[in-house]
Amino acid sequence: MNLIAPVLLQILELALALVLAPLLTGWVNQCRAWLQNRSAPPLLQPYRQFAKLFEKEVVLAHNASSLFRAAPYIIFACMALASMIVPTLSTDLPFGPAADAIALVGIFALARVFIALAGMDVGTAFGSLGARREMLIGFLAEPALLMVFFTASLISQSTSLSTIVETFASREFAIYPSLAFAGVAFTMVSLAENARIPVDNPTTHLELTMIHEAMILEYSGRHLAFIEWAAELKLYVYSCLGLALFFPWGVPQGADLSNLPLALASLLPKLAIGGALLALIETLSAKMRIFRAPEFLGTAFMLAVLGMLVHLLLETGK
Amino acid sequence: MSHYYGQIINLLAAVMLLLSFAMLGQRRILSLINLFMLQGAVLCTSTVTVALVTGQSHLYWSALLTLLLKVLLLPWLLHRLIRRLNVKWDVETLINIPTTMLIGIVLVVFSFNMALPISQLAGTVSRSTLGIAMAVVMLSFLMMITRSKAVPQVIGFLSMENGLFFAATSATYGMPMVVELGIALDVLIGMVILGVFFFQIRERFDSLDIRHLEKLKDD
Repeated sequence: MNLIAPVLLQILELALALVLAPLLTGWVNQCRAWLQNRSAPPLLQPYRQFAKLFEKEVVLAHNASSLFRAAPYIIFACMALASMIVPTLSTDLPFGPAADAIALVGIFALARVFIALAGMDVGTAFGSLGARREMLIGFLAEPALLMVFFTASLISQSTSLSTIVETFASREFAIYPSLAFAGVAFTMVSLAENARIPVDNPTTHLELTMIHEAMILEYSGRHLAFIEWAAELKLYVYSCLGLALFFPWGVPQGADLSNLPLALASLLPKLAIGGALLALIETLSAKMRIFRAPEFLGTAFMLAVLGMLVHLLLETGK
Repeated sequence: MSHYYGQIINLLAAVMLLLSFAMLGQRRILSLINLFMLQGAVLCTSTVTVALVTGQSHLYWSALLTLLLKVLLLPWLLHRLIRRLNVKWDVETLINIPTTMLIGIVLVVFSFNMALPISQLAGTVSRSTLGIAMAVVMLSFLMMITRSKAVPQVIGFLSMENGLFFAATSATYGMPMVVELGIALDVLIGMVILGVFFFQIRERFDSLDIRHLEKLKDD
């Protein structure tokens, strides 16, 4: 039992991520439509999209290399791995010690490099344009994300995500100004990384403004389905990461199947509220010019650094 | 309970620092004034909190002074001033904003380091916020240096005064009442004189850009 339960939980966590990720995207889209006075697409729309895409055949450009064909699977695998590392159902998972917060950033970077390479592979103008923009956003967002993790690590004295969540969930209630800074910075980074509205519009097909869409224009059929699924997984992983870092209450400590209903009961409402808030942010803000994005992410970086400094000054100097 | 008061003071200090950075990165004059007003409000709240913890009654007067002067009177004066001067354009900066922010972070590190030995000597409940108070002073300095227009420079000056008050509250539970009143009066008079200056500068050069003042030497 002692060996099986954690493995089972780990598999369950992956399965849950795969199932919930499209649902979360569907929920965000639905909330957004409601807020903008449009009639909402059904909650299961992303699944229908997948069903359609998996049935269609793959159309490849003549000069597409093997990298172009392999990239969707690599990106999908990266995101699936990331979803296994973030503690959602339990803090004691077999994959927990395998990678810490810094390695998680590395996994995201790996996926980003491959999607950018795949975007440039066929050689269309839009592909390389999107790839360059993605790398611009990425290299600015990454240090900010790392700084957020460093702040959390300084508080909990560990870079392991499981330990961070355990420390945060079990501490007595205290106001941490540094975590507030880090939380805002993390929100900004997540918006940029997930191609959300102030930085990129996930639904646009206007050539001049798109970033994520521009890179995957050449994909079709199941390749496209895997890439979309990976993008949805990324949103899910970021949401879970934010919840784990800043609202960790209700994540069970031990690897015990009896804690599962409690974990689900705390995870699902949190995700639903998070998704609704994301839709609200997207409705309230206008898309920025691409050259404003560095300023946006610079602010995120600054907030994260300030969080760390404030922690060093206010919360340890006593 | 006083444990939580300490945390609230820390939180307010962090918000104060955040507002300083927001002012540093702000492009619009109207938002700049609103941010200044907000900073005054945070300063007022934190002074009241310190007064509640320590029972120092003169801090209530200090907080009231802050409320009247920096949250109500000065923003009103500034609003009136920019309406009369008809300046609503975006603020020009001499260095671009991300670079200013990075310099700001360096300044914060500097002032945190400088404040550390001082705050270890102090015995006040809010001693750890001294670094933030000094950072606010430094950041206002930076704002005065990097802005080329007169109005943002004055807001920088006023915000520096906020930082000074905050430093006084965190290190020694405020200055003596006479000093505080004197500074408040100075700021008010300074504001009025600078207001007159604005009109003079504009009349002379048709602009509030203080770079024009260099021409005076050549005459």
